[in-house]
Amino acid sequence: MAIASKVMPYDEVRRDLWRPLSGASSRYIVVLVLLSAVALWGLVAWGYQLYRGIGVAGIRRPVFWGFYLVNFVFWIGISHAGTLISAILRLTDAGWRKPVTRAAEAITVFALMIGGMFPIIHLGRAWLFFWLFPYPNSRLLWPNFRSPLLWDVTAISTYLTGSIIYLFLPLIPDVAQLSTHAAGWRRLLYRTLSLGWTGSDREWHALERAMKLMAGIILAVAVSVHTVVAWDFSMSVAPMWHSSIFGPYFVVGAIFSGIAALLVVMSIIRKTMHLEKYLTPHHFNNLAKLLLLMSLLWLYFTVAENLTAWYGNEPKEMSVFGARVRGNFAPYFWIMVFCNFAVPFVLLGIRRLRSILTATIASVTVLIGMWLERFLIIIPTLSFGRLPAAWGHYAPTWVEISISVATFAVMGVLYLVFSKLFPIVSVWEFEPHSEAEE
Amino acid sequence: MNQSNQTQHRWGMAIDSDRCTGCQACVAACHAENNLPLSDAESAARGRAVHWIRVDRYYEGEFPDIRVKYMPVLCQHCDEAPCEPVCPVYATYKNPEGLNVQVYNRCVGTRYCANNCPYSVRFFNWFDPVWPSPLDLQHNPDVSIRMAGVMEKCTFCIQRINRAEREAKEEKRPLADGEVQPACVQSCPAEAMVFGDLNDPESKVSRLAESGRSTRLLEELGTQPKVFYLQRAT
Repeated sequence: MAIASKVMPYDEVRRDLWRPLSGASSRYIVVLVLLSAVALWGLVAWGYQLYRGIGVAGIRRPVFWGFYLVNFVFWIGISHAGTLISAILRLTDAGWRKPVTRAAEAITVFALMIGGMFPIIHLGRAWLFFWLFPYPNSRLLWPNFRSPLLWDVTAISTYLTGSIIYLFLPLIPDVAQLSTHAAGWRRLLYRTLSLGWTGSDREWHALERAMKLMAGIILAVAVSVHTVVAWDFSMSVAPMWHSSIFGPYFVVGAIFSGIAALLVVMSIIRKTMHLEKYLTPHHFNNLAKLLLLMSLLWLYFTVAENLTAWYGNEPKEMSVFGARVRGNFAPYFWIMVFCNFAVPFVLLGIRRLRSILTATIASVTVLIGMWLERFLIIIPTLSFGRLPAAWGHYAPTWVEISISVATFAVMGVLYLVFSKLFPIVSVWEFEPHSEAEE
Repeated sequence: MNQSNQTQHRWGMAIDSDRCTGCQACVAACHAENNLPLSDAESAARGRAVHWIRVDRYYEGEFPDIRVKYMPVLCQHCDEAPCEPVCPVYATYKNPEGLNVQVYNRCVGTRYCANNCPYSVRFFNWFDPVWPSPLDLQHNPDVSIRMAGVMEKCTFCIQRINRAEREAKEEKRPLADGEVQPACVQSCPAEAMVFGDLNDPESKVSRLAESGRSTRLLEELGTQPKVFYLQRAT
């Protein structure tokens, strides 16, 4: 149960949650400038790559896909934070979700924007990315819908559209309230976004139905998106990629890293925006338990994937498997297992140890572990192809590392700006009468 | 030989690995014929060298009774090419004569085709190509120069095929077996490579492909390659 709504008058809730919108502390400015600088550096690196050619990245034959696609899968995975928390909890009417939904949905939208950029950054001729869209053209050329990359384009653009709508819908009553209190450009912004919301019974009814509907749709889309991302790999004939487990494995991994990202963001905004009364240990406890569950599911899938490959003992698969668990990729593999399983299992599995701090620590290690997981799925398979004569090793260059790091800064910048413009915790859901609407 | 102009060709190659000496003449000839970009030692070490045909070495037996087997590997022009369905923009497809062709202008550089090629015979243009002088003056005018960001690979010297077909058509006669020779086949001093029409049951390549010595590389993947490797059955 949302504790704040029980004990606090609505006016006080509103004051609390609107406070971060006005003014900016010097700490906020410093962090914003720093993150923007890192993001800008990433842009410089990308500009350099566009100017010189994709060869400034470390990718090579036979490892044609490198950091960019690792980041792509990672960020699309992060985007599952919003969907799971908000859509599942909304559909099941879990009352405790209220203070965390918007924070989660914002992660989804921003992570998708970032993740969706990587396939473009990765292109040899990035300026022609629009050739992947089915637009009318004089040569009557269509994209190839048999290609999993086209499924990607379709799934991700659908997901991005859907999650923007899903973020926007519950924002309408909030911006409508804000527009009556704000002045200047903010008033204009909020009034425009509120779409003429007056708060009539009919509008509430329509909004409630739209949110329920979107929650159902977005859930289906989210599962399909990460399945399609997995199919980029499993539709190929490459050893260890061509696996039927990849679809569900990727979905589980995505939700796993999504919850971790949400926990990290929640503990940051809880401290910096003084939301201790709204994001309570209760929320962290619930999400930590979900994280633990996903960690166990992840372990199950990882064991299932690797055990079958090892037992089958096919030479081509074994060269990839061997490189992963005892070859040159082994350190990353065992760090991944430590980060994704050992840390959450100990810190969150033992009830005495479970706290906001340990949940945050476990989430950070899970994020590291899940990034490594994507790395370990993509690179070893390409390094150890079917003909040993064409084996080769990949190392990223400063361009790839800069762009990768910069995207985390972009996430920070987008989040900082968003939290300055809109209440990061949905305000209207604390309104007493809205309780009755559900 | 008993072909009319209307008959569709189906180009294929036979490579006799018992004859191949590993001299790499095919590699050099391919470079000159197809305007392949050059690479220096450093970029080659970084996996950026482009050779549409390469000579893989396999060692058989225990030292000192060692036998080296050479296997020139080029695009296998698979009938069921794994590279084709994965391209999102149809930059690679099967042309009517069974060639797996690459449309440079259409390629956006996702590199998915190269990942999905089990033979690793696809090459990417990481930068715009450069030729140190005077090599920049010896380009083959029949072959386009590829820009940065696109994939390229063996074409079975499609420019030679097209020219021969055009000439035969003008002279109103069928193409003779052996009339078309890709640069690698032409330059092979051991005559280990044979190129021709697989639709013509009398052609040399058809007969070699049917012989008991014929195998295909990684054919268990169901790719149905059109390059046949001949070796002693032991």
